[in-house]
Amino acid sequence: MQLFRNNRMWGTHDLKSSYDVVIIGAGVHGLATAYYLGKLFGVRKIALLEKGYLGYGASGRNTAILRSNYRTPEGIKFYNAALKLYEGLSSELNWNLLFTQCGHLTLGHTDTAVTGLRVRAEMNQLLGVNSRIIFPAEIQELVPHLDCSDRPRYPVMAALYHPPGGIIRHDAVVWGLARACDRMGIEIHPKTEVTDIQVSRRRAEQVITNRGQISADVIINATAGWASTIAKMAGVAMPIVSHPLQACVTEPLKPFLDTVIVSASLHVYVNQTGRGELVIGSEIDPYQSYSMKGTLPTLEQMASSSVQLFPQLHNIRVLRQWAGICDMTPDFAPIIGLCDELENFYIDVGWGTYGFKAAPAAGRYLAELVATGNTSAIIAPFSPDRFRRGRLVGEKAAAAVSH
Amino acid sequence: MSFRIPCPQCGTRSAYEFRFGGEVLTRPRTDADADAWYRYSFARKNTMGIQTEWWYHRLGCRQWLQVVRDTKENRVLATSFIEKKEREDCA
Repeated sequence: MQLFRNNRMWGTHDLKSSYDVVIIGAGVHGLATAYYLGKLFGVRKIALLEKGYLGYGASGRNTAILRSNYRTPEGIKFYNAALKLYEGLSSELNWNLLFTQCGHLTLGHTDTAVTGLRVRAEMNQLLGVNSRIIFPAEIQELVPHLDCSDRPRYPVMAALYHPPGGIIRHDAVVWGLARACDRMGIEIHPKTEVTDIQVSRRRAEQVITNRGQISADVIINATAGWASTIAKMAGVAMPIVSHPLQACVTEPLKPFLDTVIVSASLHVYVNQTGRGELVIGSEIDPYQSYSMKGTLPTLEQMASSSVQLFPQLHNIRVLRQWAGICDMTPDFAPIIGLCDELENFYIDVGWGTYGFKAAPAAGRYLAELVATGNTSAIIAPFSPDRFRRGRLVGEKAAAAVSH
Repeated sequence: MSFRIPCPQCGTRSAYEFRFGGEVLTRPRTDADADAWYRYSFARKNTMGIQTEWWYHRLGCRQWLQVVRDTKENRVLATSFIEKKEREDCA
């Protein structure tokens, strides 16, 4: 009897000299794009190039929160499309992604914050997204351990309650998509770093990697935090600045928290995993950097803010702290579409602090654009030329911090 | 890793005393075309490696300084104040 399976999740391949589509970055965005290209549009001659291992970047460093309670109509529709795709993804991939729609609470501690939450609740309801404002009595019922008294410096005044929001196992999303891609014959190449891109006559012709040279009809840049470094190889400067975003995880505790708690005013978000550990996230570091090391000032800030919300956590030990690189755009909205300067270079970047929750929708509609040339209304507002046209999507109110 | 910045006026201080002001850019002339203004307003090199950038010493001398930093390791290589005349020459 065989006790353990010996079939691998995905295979290894030699690098071929040409592909229909080369996707740089095999994170959740690159994988989702390849998956939908293969599944919906029959494009299977795809190479996914990843400089580290699968899930090395922000796909394995985010705090795994999904939600769609955004601020702008464009953002709400887009993130809601992603949430709906996530809801069906476990059965589609035949791979348990441990998605728990446990509910998502964004706390307001000041009048201005509550006003912002009210606007979001109204916008969400207009577009059919389940969100509403609740007050301390109801918050206390949902989260008995949250300090809703007037003792803290910034007492909780109200919250935006978003029941469909929740937590998914982020590594499982990467592995499930990678397995599905592999089964369709799409090649995944880890430890393959792109070192240069050769451009001639407004076309990106060749991708030079540390394992050889590839030519491709279409090249997709899905490298999130490192997007500028890849774009630079193709001679393109993008409206992106990379900032680290830090998070930490505590020792396991008895289950006491079954919702996602976010406080934009305190710059912190907390959830408890199935193993009992608390995952605590912070806001982005206030300077550009590609360093993925944790810092003490941010750890202090995460600790003090979470103790304000949950005073009983004051003696809890932190197990790990880490950082991911976020590609911040001026309007806190992503950039999806065909690059202005080149004919066959698509970009799926600018994912800042909100990329993981958007991956299936970005992949699905970018795949449609690549395969058919049709820009869906879902991603049209996020086109790369919106900065030139002055059509920014002001998503800061709902995208910054409140994950 | 967090880091410290040697301010030419105040000495070496935590980076959290400063405000990051972005990479150093050259402002286009007022008669420049829309593309030049797009690049100045939005497009960034976002260098991974050594870059020159603005920092404001908000909890110290309250002056803007230029810092040469390795953005991969957060290593500060040089800091300096830019004279007013030099700043005007940038344009």
